[in-house]
Amino acid sequence: MSTDWFHRQEAGITTPTQEKKETPDGLWHGCPKCKVIVSAEDHVNNVWVCGNCGFHNGIDAKEYFSFLFDGGNYTELNPTMVSKDPLQFEDTKKYSDRLKATQVKTGLQDALTSATGEMNGIPVAIAAMNFKFIGGSMGSVVGEKIARTIDYSLKHNIPFIMISKSGGARMMEAAFSLMQMAKTSAKLALLDEAKIPYISLLTDPTTGGVTASYAMLGDINIAEPGALIGFAGPRVVKETIGKDLPDGFQTSEFVKEHGFLDFIVERKHLKARMSQWLRFVGNLPAPVKAE
Amino acid sequence: MDYLDFEAPIRELDEQIAKAHALQAESGVDMKDSLVELEAKLAEAQAELKASLSPWQRVQLSRHTGRPYTMAYIEAMTGGEFIEMHGDRHVKDDKAMVGGWGAIEGESFLFIGQQKGVNTKMRQLRNFGMANPEGYRKALRLMKQAEKFGRPIVTLIDTPGAFPGLEAEERGQGEAIARNILEMARLKVPVICIIIGEGASGGALGIGVGDRVMMLENTWYSVISPESCSSILWRSWDFKETAAEALKLTANDMLKNGLIDGIIEEPAGGAHRDPEGMFQTLSAEILRMYRELKDLPSDQLVAERIEKFCGMGVYEESAS
Ligand SMILES: [Zn+2]
Repeated sequence: MSTDWFHRQEAGITTPTQEKKETPDGLWHGCPKCKVIVSAEDHVNNVWVCGNCGFHNGIDAKEYFSFLFDGGNYTELNPTMVSKDPLQFEDTKKYSDRLKATQVKTGLQDALTSATGEMNGIPVAIAAMNFKFIGGSMGSVVGEKIARTIDYSLKHNIPFIMISKSGGARMMEAAFSLMQMAKTSAKLALLDEAKIPYISLLTDPTTGGVTASYAMLGDINIAEPGALIGFAGPRVVKETIGKDLPDGFQTSEFVKEHGFLDFIVERKHLKARMSQWLRFVGNLPAPVKAE
Repeated sequence: MDYLDFEAPIRELDEQIAKAHALQAESGVDMKDSLVELEAKLAEAQAELKASLSPWQRVQLSRHTGRPYTMAYIEAMTGGEFIEMHGDRHVKDDKAMVGGWGAIEGESFLFIGQQKGVNTKMRQLRNFGMANPEGYRKALRLMKQAEKFGRPIVTLIDTPGAFPGLEAEERGQGEAIARNILEMARLKVPVICIIIGEGASGGALGIGVGDRVMMLENTWYSVISPESCSSILWRSWDFKETAAEALKLTANDMLKNGLIDGIIEEPAGGAHRDPEGMFQTLSAEILRMYRELKDLPSDQLVAERIEKFCGMGVYEESAS
């Protein structure tokens, strides 16, 4: 195995965007599962995981970036890309209005943010989904930003990490949305040919067209504990089989038992485990000081 | 022959023509003149219908019970010399996905396609054309075989979706479709994909990544069926016509949006009115496309295929 992808960039990656870990509104966080209350600061320091029951609260791209990139330093890629509503789609609302309202409400441009920086000293490119933007649905912007992040990995010979969190396709972009599955998978074929490592992390929830494209195509597919992972949603499967679903159906643990995940990782170990795998496949020296 | 409600004028003319034939046979009266007139009226009615079809009516035509399915196309186009191949080598043989070898005018092709059943019993056996993961894996196994031997691939797409069942989830429906999409993107042989009926979402795309992606005139291709789209976005099953409009799922819209490479015309009134004519048209189209692709170097073929799909999407960026 070649380790070309580890060759460090010349001081090319600047890290101007020092992101402070965002503190949730208010001073306290109540766990939605066990109801134990901790200070908001402790909650963030525990990477948004309940210290009592281990419940992994859903977080978006910027929160992942804050603890995966060394020192929370990274450069965002293609930050201004927005959807153009190619079909002038209208259901109970105009899609263009829905987009604008969501952009204002979330402060995000679309359901994916991508960035580059170092992870335990290894330069990487990460694309991560924002569930709060129309359910993390995949439209043209999501597909194109993933494609561009893979291009960045290819150009700079650095590993690509994808963090999925999505209900699937963005129906308001119809077949344009469908073709993002082909676009992202085709780009991953190029990454594969170039022998550049690809880690796919599946988080709660990862379903539909996202599962049926890039999320399942990692050199390793890994997941956070207790995430819902599937192609068809549980309601549809239940209607199809006409009976109740078995306990634990479509959880990370179920998907791993059936052979589709390499391992399940708690968020607090995520950075270390991903770096460790990258070190092994690249036969890189262990860092002087483990983080 | 079943008729859809909007085919009523055609049904009436069909019946008049049948009566004229019967009368001629019974009484020996020469009905030639009125038959010529009726046939002309029929052609006119079919042309009128064709010009006025709504997206929802196209969806209905794509599901017409008289419409030929994948095996009928393959059998006819290969002159009955098709050899079917079975099994994914892991779990089982998926009857909703068929595949095998045949030749059209002396050129051999590997054929793949979803198969719907022609009657109640066969519909169950074929799982209504909804493949399980093993169907997608069978398709990939055979496509890799075609690549190994340097022969072109034809996929015929006709599915209401990949099967959303419990075992399908256990056996990795998402992974199976994803793997096919990735591997099809880099197959080193010509890949020709044709939507012959329903092109529903990932279940269709799982055998739908090709150098040429064509739609027959009365088919649909989108990320979701109009019924499911209605139920999710309008929270009611009553907006399927509206959803069919909004999804821009017809061949004309898909071509206009640059998401397919072309449209193949159906016989007057649709493929179900003249299956033989449809088979001949498709054979000729497949050979035409194959001739365009066969001499391209495989690197160029793959690069252009990947580039085509990577160009799909509409977005904008502000200068920064
Ligand atoms: Zn808790």
